[in-house]
Amino acid sequence: MKQWVKRKDRIAAFLSWRVILMLILTASLVLLLGARKNFGWQQYVQLTLDGLRGGTIYALIALGFVTIYNITGVINFAQGAFAMLGALLAITIDDWALLAAWPPAARLFVASLVAIVLTMLVGILIERLTIAPARDAEPLTHIIITVGVYIVIQGIALIIWGTQPYTLPAFTTLAQRDVTIRLGGLIIKGQSFWIWGTTLVSMVLLYWFFEHTMLGRALRACAVNRTAARLMGISPSRMSLFAFALAAALGALGGIVLAPATRPTYDMGLSLGLKGFVAAVMGGMTNPGAAVVGGLLLGSIENIGAGVTRAGFKDIFSFIILIWILLFRPSGLFGRPHTVEKV
Amino acid sequence: MWKQSSLMQFVVVTLVILVLGLFEWWQPLGLSVSTLTGGILTFNTLTRIGILTIVVVGLNLLMGYAGQVSLGQAAFYGIGAYTSAILTTRAELFGFPSAVAAAWWWPWLLIGVGAAFTALFAYLVGKPILRLKGHYLAMATLGLGIMVYILLRENIGFRASVLNLTGGFDGIFDIPRLRIGAFVLWPIERYYFLVWGIALCALALAHNIANSRVGRALRALHGSDIAAEMVGIDTADYKLRVFVLSAVYASVAGSLYAHFQAAVSPTPFHFLGSLGFVVMAAVGGMRSIWGAPLGVGIILFIQDLLRAKGDRLLAGIGNEAEPVVFGLVLILIMIFLPNGIASIRHRHPVHHSGGGA
Repeated sequence: MKQWVKRKDRIAAFLSWRVILMLILTASLVLLLGARKNFGWQQYVQLTLDGLRGGTIYALIALGFVTIYNITGVINFAQGAFAMLGALLAITIDDWALLAAWPPAARLFVASLVAIVLTMLVGILIERLTIAPARDAEPLTHIIITVGVYIVIQGIALIIWGTQPYTLPAFTTLAQRDVTIRLGGLIIKGQSFWIWGTTLVSMVLLYWFFEHTMLGRALRACAVNRTAARLMGISPSRMSLFAFALAAALGALGGIVLAPATRPTYDMGLSLGLKGFVAAVMGGMTNPGAAVVGGLLLGSIENIGAGVTRAGFKDIFSFIILIWILLFRPSGLFGRPHTVEKV
Repeated sequence: MWKQSSLMQFVVVTLVILVLGLFEWWQPLGLSVSTLTGGILTFNTLTRIGILTIVVVGLNLLMGYAGQVSLGQAAFYGIGAYTSAILTTRAELFGFPSAVAAAWWWPWLLIGVGAAFTALFAYLVGKPILRLKGHYLAMATLGLGIMVYILLRENIGFRASVLNLTGGFDGIFDIPRLRIGAFVLWPIERYYFLVWGIALCALALAHNIANSRVGRALRALHGSDIAAEMVGIDTADYKLRVFVLSAVYASVAGSLYAHFQAAVSPTPFHFLGSLGFVVMAAVGGMRSIWGAPLGVGIILFIQDLLRAKGDRLLAGIGNEAEPVVFGLVLILIMIFLPNGIASIRHRHPVHHSGGGA
């Protein structure tokens, strides 16, 4: 929460000659691999656009990671479950027989809102039942607890929704078929604009919330120094609760806008959560703005990587980035280099 | 090095394993462990406990003693399993004559080859990665584990028609059983004793290490890297050594797993597999050698109990409720017994050293 605005010197540090050399090497490798598949510039732009769509969701989930980590010091591996819950709850409410008479747009809107609120409740329950009782535990214990939470949520989702994929109507057409916009050989789905738009709006709202509301400022104070915040009359325990609710809402929102573009299943949360985490690490774990950039970068890089090699290798690129960042830029892409001691 | 009490513990555990195995084998009065436990504790489960104990005891040394978290242990387990699987079923791809591939000692040699290969791999990746601490090390090992999993799943990037190494999603079938000369270590009654023999050796070795100069050094660097350096411990070297050792443990267990299942597929070596190992270690208690078999036993017992009796406990949704109950047990143990079940014996509060915090 400390740095919404990137500083010039950070960008300068990011663009050191070693990084530039690596970028050139990687780019030429990608072009070489792409040339074997006869890729033109259109393919690369298309891959980037598709990657940015997924990357936006990673960014939303990464924001949840960052919020919770800043305020409680916990890495919440159940983060991906929020996206899954948001998507599947919205679909179920949207299909609810009682709402069948409503106009589809209103139904979709209400379903999304209710799904987000329900997921926030789940987030609050998680915090109260599993994080609060083990507040002073070691990091490893927290990791195992949140992973346990993820297993439980996914297990309950399996009981409720089964293994089949579901569909949510596209937001533009309110039907399964989405509009596609063709722009000089490029294909963009209408839903992509919804995904980008929603994320942009929610980030502006978040910025306003953290900068200009009392609650947001209290959260930031808690992130900077928990003890000092408590002395100022801010309850860290309440703030921890808010952090989980906020992270759950962000995750659910991501899941809902993503739902029409993919086919949500009960187990979609694991990979979304891991990618969101990688994005958060790319942003240095504490910087929300950098986490969003990290998410977008991750989405496009992995999609281009998968495009020039093979689809099954998509995840490998995310984790190569993860390890590279951890080893060489542990405080994130835009953080100060050489601060390994971050724990 | 061996105190009377720990020697006694070993004797007791060995006897329990022997008695369980012999009881199940001969089934006096038509009774067996599996009928007495209603089909939950079968030879299959007992053998799997032995295999996983080997992995988890290595993890205990790494996480409980040295305080270095690994969320990618299934990668080493997988490398061991796949080395055995590939070189027993596709030896001709590497130019080994079929006479060698058919010899009884070939799979045994491969267990060693797999272990050596895994050790080299762990050494090469451990060198840079172990500079990281706490959360960061956990995440790096997590990424590493998933990368190895994807390579196994994607046939290391080769087209299956060109070079079929790992068999992709389907994996490798028809892995031969281990044998000594003409004596095949199968059916499972024989394999059980082999697995537990190796597991007990692994436990004894780990016990020796934990109670030696090395073990004390590991605990010192768990407490504080800087303090350990100050008293003359080469922390980077010790971390790397214990990381490689835990990888070798996992690799040997992986080879045993491949010959036990007679088939391997990538699924058990995914992130959830690595996580399972950490969970077993944490549930049993990482700061004790005996935490390993205890944790593995408890987790496998819960899983099998839910699989076998879940329907009766939770009418209708028994099978599907398994992960839910499993996750709940995990959360409860971590909240109320963060140092694992093995810590129940110690009345005095276990000190919280900084570790990754």
